[in-house]
Amino acid sequence: MQSVIKVSNLTKHFKGLTAVNDLSFSVNKGDVYGFLGQNGAGKSTTIRMLLTLIAPTSGEIELFGMNIKTHRSEILRQVGAVVEKPDVYKYLSAYENVALFAKLSGVKVTDKLVMDQLEMVGLASRAKDIVKTFSQGMKQRLGIGIALVHNPQLIILDEPTNGLDPQGIADIRNLILHLSKEMGKTIVVSSHLLSEIEQVASRLLIIDKGKKLVEGNANELFDPAQTIVEIETTDNHFALQQLQQSNWNSLLQPQRSHSILLKLHRQEIPALHRNLVEMNINVISFQPRHNLEDFFLQITSNNQHVQAFTN
Amino acid sequence: MYKLLQIELYKIFKRPRTYIAFLAITSLVGIIQLGLVKNGTDYVNFVMGNIMQSFSFDGKLLNGYLVCYILLQLLLVHVPLLIALVAADMISGEANMGTLRLMLTKPISRTQFLLAKFLASAIYTLMLLVWIAFLALFVSMFLFGVDDMVIQKTNYLVQLPVGDVFWRYVGAFGFALLSMLTVAALGFFLSNFAENSIGPIVATMSVIIFFTILSTMSIPLFQKIQPFLFTTYMVNWKEFFDPKVNADNAVIIGSLQRPDRIIQSALILALHIVGFVGATMVLFKRKDILS
Repeated sequence: MQSVIKVSNLTKHFKGLTAVNDLSFSVNKGDVYGFLGQNGAGKSTTIRMLLTLIAPTSGEIELFGMNIKTHRSEILRQVGAVVEKPDVYKYLSAYENVALFAKLSGVKVTDKLVMDQLEMVGLASRAKDIVKTFSQGMKQRLGIGIALVHNPQLIILDEPTNGLDPQGIADIRNLILHLSKEMGKTIVVSSHLLSEIEQVASRLLIIDKGKKLVEGNANELFDPAQTIVEIETTDNHFALQQLQQSNWNSLLQPQRSHSILLKLHRQEIPALHRNLVEMNINVISFQPRHNLEDFFLQITSNNQHVQAFTN
Repeated sequence: MYKLLQIELYKIFKRPRTYIAFLAITSLVGIIQLGLVKNGTDYVNFVMGNIMQSFSFDGKLLNGYLVCYILLQLLLVHVPLLIALVAADMISGEANMGTLRLMLTKPISRTQFLLAKFLASAIYTLMLLVWIAFLALFVSMFLFGVDDMVIQKTNYLVQLPVGDVFWRYVGAFGFALLSMLTVAALGFFLSNFAENSIGPIVATMSVIIFFTILSTMSIPLFQKIQPFLFTTYMVNWKEFFDPKVNADNAVIIGSLQRPDRIIQSALILALHIVGFVGATMVLFKRKDILS
């Protein structure tokens, strides 16, 4: 498999802080590569180093088989990125912003190119409006439009759903899937929300305090046996008693005041559902969930720290 | 590079802030010209009262050339503040908007990026000076006509024949451009250290005001440091209006009393420009873009 990104032993020290610590990973052509970590884990610093915004303290970065230090311009011609926030020129219109950055990316700017780009991100009708009047979601979409205007092979999206409403999040998710499946792009998408990434990513890297926790295929990381189900009932005390006296007892997790947690195989969920009804437990909500915090706890408690999954 | 420069100029002239300087200059020059049209004779009598008691003057003392000189003396102290509005915003403004990181993820080198930015602010400065020249010189020539230009210096009076003035203005505006570019370079340099526009703009203005005060006060302590302040050399555009005279005390046409002073000042200012822009490049190339 051809590597689009190859990062080796990447380290970045700021004054008194190691933001990225000996990080190595690779992204293959066609991957939707989920880059996960809590806030402050070092995701943005890593992404900035990939884009030459920050110089690494040590380590090597290769994109498209070329060293980023020696082939910066050649590499960046093939990369489109939105880093943290989609900041564009607020006093210019959406059209002017796309045209300006297309020109900077070395693309011949035509009316068709700019309008097609705005059409793709659903902003064609607002092309002539000043960006200052745009909502956060519209700015985000414009930022993505700008990142894609030169038809890059690699797209890097840093926290692309920050500040978006549910519809905006769904739009971004669909766009990522479209770019990956229909257009064959390689996409790196960072987030602190596992639930968001698991819906689009084919491979994942999770980092914490600048170090790699796990890297691997999404379906391997999201082991169905690790599914946590959160149940809220009209009487949690009664429900817990019933479950403790049943076969489900061994699957009960440390409890929270407002809900009951069980760790089980995904295929067992229908049976649990039926049993709850049979035990006269009145369920208010029943939610299988993946939570980054829980996931981290799982990984660390199982001594899997810095263990790479099968690639 | 040309493409980058085009983009930078496009951004500058798309911002409403850019036009504040042009509007301010137009208003200021317009109001002074209006005042001089209405009460110019009274003003000249007031300024040159003592001399007029000793000499008699023929022709138009208040002519376009003198009005331009009066305007330049007033404006060139304040124009740096207007230049700082744009130059000191060039990098910090992008950092503040967050567009700096987007710009630098494009396939352009940081050196090209900075050079284009500085050249764009230099072109803005040039346009502002051309606008000042148009309003202060050409409009004044139209409103007040032309004649010999009489200027009162500290210890003597200079009378420049009408045919010997225009080229001096060309030289003075050329020198003023160099002075203003030094201000632009200072603003550009300070812009590198901040992530908001206000800080570098205020810092540039503060440096100019502080240095100008130190440069102009004739206190022995200040006089010792004046050669090291670039503001000392910025006012030397006036040297273009100080000609040599012959044995009869008549102006030698086309002459300058201290051309060496003009050249030295111009070189010092040029060195400051290169120094400020060079330092900005060295620092910016190593800078981590965190904003």
